[in-house]
Amino acid sequence: MNENEKFMPKLSAYMKNKRSNLFREIKKNKISYLLIAPYCILFILFYLVPVCMSIGLSFTYFNILEPARFVGWKNYVDLFFADEVFLKAVKNTFLFAIITGPIGYFLALFIAWMINDIKNSKIRAFMTLIFYAPTISGQAYIVWKYIFSSDTYGMANGWLMKWGLTFQPILWFEDEKFIAPILIIVVLWMSMGTGFLSFIAGLQNVDRSLYEAGYMDGITNRFQELWYITLPAMKEQLMFGAVMTITSSFAIHDQLAALAGFPSVNYAAHTVVSHLIDYGTVRFEMGYASAIATLLFMVMILCNKLVQSLLRKVGK
Amino acid sequence: MAKAFKHKKRTKPNHSGVGDFFSIFFLILMGSFMALPLVLAISNSLKPLEELFIFPPRFFVRNPTLDNFHDVFVLMSQSWVPFSRYIFNTVFITIVGTLGHLFVASLCAYALAKHKFPGRNVIFWIIVTALMFSTQVTAIPNYLIMTKIGWLDKYLSLIVPAIAKPLGLFLMKQFMEQIPDSLLEAARIDGAKEVTVFWKIAMPQVKPAWLTLIIFCFQDLWNLQGSNYIFSEELKTLPYALSQISAAGISRAGATSAVAVIMMAVPIIIFVISQSNIIETMASSGIKE
Repeated sequence: MNENEKFMPKLSAYMKNKRSNLFREIKKNKISYLLIAPYCILFILFYLVPVCMSIGLSFTYFNILEPARFVGWKNYVDLFFADEVFLKAVKNTFLFAIITGPIGYFLALFIAWMINDIKNSKIRAFMTLIFYAPTISGQAYIVWKYIFSSDTYGMANGWLMKWGLTFQPILWFEDEKFIAPILIIVVLWMSMGTGFLSFIAGLQNVDRSLYEAGYMDGITNRFQELWYITLPAMKEQLMFGAVMTITSSFAIHDQLAALAGFPSVNYAAHTVVSHLIDYGTVRFEMGYASAIATLLFMVMILCNKLVQSLLRKVGK
Repeated sequence: MAKAFKHKKRTKPNHSGVGDFFSIFFLILMGSFMALPLVLAISNSLKPLEELFIFPPRFFVRNPTLDNFHDVFVLMSQSWVPFSRYIFNTVFITIVGTLGHLFVASLCAYALAKHKFPGRNVIFWIIVTALMFSTQVTAIPNYLIMTKIGWLDKYLSLIVPAIAKPLGLFLMKQFMEQIPDSLLEAARIDGAKEVTVFWKIAMPQVKPAWLTLIIFCFQDLWNLQGSNYIFSEELKTLPYALSQISAAGISRAGATSAVAVIMMAVPIIIFVISQSNIIETMASSGIKE
């Protein structure tokens, strides 16, 4: 008999038991693990591992040709103290995210709420399509390039000149003071997103009896109804919408690059993602780009936590 | 009398007529802002050359023509590989990726929603967190992984990551929670295997969710340029080929609009067909605290 087992028979038996329990548990649920295996393997390989790799690479100098070299916090220090363009990109990203994120989110909620009041279901479906169409229409945002074209053939310039408000075409995407406002309009135009559909669905499924109870309790107008009855009843959809909005508004880049150019005039439309793409796919400084990606990721998670704690206060 | 009638018509007594008026007014205003650029894109794609470059510019087309669409095909026939190849690539990637995503994600969603096994809450929590991973964050490591496993410049590099998209799994799992357990139990008592229960009993119950997964995955793949992973011209996608046309700028304004119309038509048509199913699925999309 082993010494250990002699003195601690109970513990040893317990450990043995627990291990075999775990083994039995896995064996018993074999079929469940088999069902989730294909997805989980792909998910780990293409989502989890990349995020961990990104964090790891952010502490190295890596240009793909040479093996990665550990440099500690250097990339992060450089980002904040030696890279003016990055600071400008951060400023732009926050400008776009803070304006288009909340406005887009509340606009989606507001519009879903108003669409929900339409009685005819055909008109309701049509309005949903109208608001959601810009989001799913791929690269149709390129039409804004025509509207704000810098010559007289552009819609905006043509009309301004016809009405005599200006005598020469305005260089919309070459002039720093016009770039951001125009791009914010374009981003808002396509900002309904997945959250909008979730709101529409959530509103349709609020229990009708809650409203009747509300009338009894003396709710007198539609805003009180929205705040005290509707929103608390669809809190879960509000959370989902928030996650989708935050993720997409911090990742704005494609529309900006297509309209204002990449890089844009004086980096006026340069976001953190633009900076990441610049270092990752143009300059091949993968370590530096990974540091940008890691920061972006951290900010997104933090922002989500913040918004989720704000959303808990709805209806209180 | 008139007053009583008016009250009856309103379903919600505390919604005033003035409020209704403003909300409809606001909807029409915002709706036009949303719709007009797309209408302009369609209108532009039908304009003959002389109408595109006219001063002052007109919003609506006067003499519609299909010249611009014709131009797209002419431009494309001059490209290195036949235009049909780009169409085939995108259609192939989209169909295989979407079906793969639907099957693999549903399989996992079924187990997460209807089986109780150790670790399922952790796995689901990780997937909800993954909704916040944007593709840009994972792009660089993904490139390195593709290089390692030799998938660069292959269809696989575009198809396989799309199969594991977290959004589809999340929506499917939430929707599958609604399937009554008794239904599945009955099939199990009859001796059906778990895979049969999944395929024959559970999947037909969640048809609305299928369409939702299909349209979200379809949208991503249909618009995928994939130029990070694909270098051979004969494997490149339709959006990539079309972006080359728009890159030529104002001289191809008509063709660019035609391209935009072609690209947006397909997802919009699919959305119109499946809208009611999508809304039904989204009702269960909430994130619980």
